[in-house]
Amino acid sequence: MANNTTNKELVVSALENGTVLDHIPADKVYKALDILNLKGVENQITIGINLSSRAQGKKGIIKIADKFFEDEELNKLALIAPKATVNVIRNFEVVEKKTLTMPEEIVGIAKCMNPKCITNHQPIKTRFTTIDNGNEISLLCHYCEKISDTRGIL
Amino acid sequence: MGKKSLISIGDFSKEEILHVLETAREFEQNKEQKFLEGKVIASLFFEPSTRTRLSFETAINRLGAKVIGFSDASNTSQSKGETLKDTIKMVSNYVDMIVMRHPLEGSSRYASEVASVPVVNAGDGANQHPSQTLLDLYSIMQTQGRLDSLTINMVGDLKYGRTTHSLLQAMSHFNPKFIFTSPEELKMPKEYKTFLDSKGIAYEETTSLEDHLNDCDILYMTRVQQERFTDPMEYERVKDVYRLSASMLTDVKENMKILHPLPRITEIDQDVDDTPYAYYFKQAENGLYVRMAIISYLLGYR
Ligand SMILES: [Zn+2]
Repeated sequence: MANNTTNKELVVSALENGTVLDHIPADKVYKALDILNLKGVENQITIGINLSSRAQGKKGIIKIADKFFEDEELNKLALIAPKATVNVIRNFEVVEKKTLTMPEEIVGIAKCMNPKCITNHQPIKTRFTTIDNGNEISLLCHYCEKISDTRGIL
Repeated sequence: MGKKSLISIGDFSKEEILHVLETAREFEQNKEQKFLEGKVIASLFFEPSTRTRLSFETAINRLGAKVIGFSDASNTSQSKGETLKDTIKMVSNYVDMIVMRHPLEGSSRYASEVASVPVVNAGDGANQHPSQTLLDLYSIMQTQGRLDSLTINMVGDLKYGRTTHSLLQAMSHFNPKFIFTSPEELKMPKEYKTFLDSKGIAYEETTSLEDHLNDCDILYMTRVQQERFTDPMEYERVKDVYRLSASMLTDVKENMKILHPLPRITEIDQDVDDTPYAYYFKQAENGLYVRMAIISYLLGYR
């Protein structure tokens, strides 16, 4: 790690192996942890919130040691952080950079905004089709067929 | 063939819609066709709807099958806290098909996923009621001799009225033109207009009932339903906006027919009933043949 001492940011957060999620909106970091099921895992996790970013103003960053994700899992993040980037780190080096693709269907992580929807009254896993309107994403409920926005996520 | 359910009108292709309408016509000509003898069909009404229930149960009886079920949920195990899933799984074991109505939206889709037998949605809250849509289509076909290239004027609550939304979806297969007559507050939602735009289907919007009475083939009247409103003031403002009377019908097209999903309140005067344009009572009767056709199609008999 000695060769990293010139860069403070990297010193505290350098990963030997794992995944770095960058460019997450600052207020979505905790939701991102939920969506990736990182609550209660043993891995070492470093979180940065309200870091300054030229493109986003304030951003968040999550670094998870010794953890690698399937694309399918990562793409769920596109709902709350469509501009997030993923860096896969092995032996202190970025071996892969990925951007996210909006999944066509999301299961279980959003709540339907329709109070009369069956999923809000019975223990049922929600299912939505994503609709990309250009600058925002809406969710079409598989059950009640009503459209929700992404505020209902988790 | 795997089990097929009818939850929303979009579950049927254009061919399936035409097939069911054709079968309904056979049933109208010959009501006694008991080829479902020995079958048992559950009629589960988690909220009361006498009109729809009697129509379905008559259809089942006319086909020779037996009916079990309940007409409101207050005395069932559901009211004691049993989940919908458990009720549907239990009933599935006894019957060949489930017809269900439920106040919560999406309940029938969910039931069709946990049931081992076909499910027919007889209304899930404000969401879908596909047998109503098919009987509307049947009524249009019977009165006009075709479904293609007709002008449909939808009147009333186009915002909350599920029958107009489903009819719009189903008619989109048949190159229609739409007129939407509604007060500002109850206009056809944007998502349906976007849908029509994407299919290249023309529509016009107006707030005046007089505007397009004389150039439509079907006048589809709807009731403004109080229970759909969250704002009671909004309901008071719009509840009596349209009143169709016989004197307004002097220059309408000869083939024009008035449909209404019933029950009506004040939107159609009694004096319209005696004009040759009134079709809403016959429309309700058509529900029987259409429901017979839906049941026999889903059970693989027609
Ligand atoms: Zn829903």
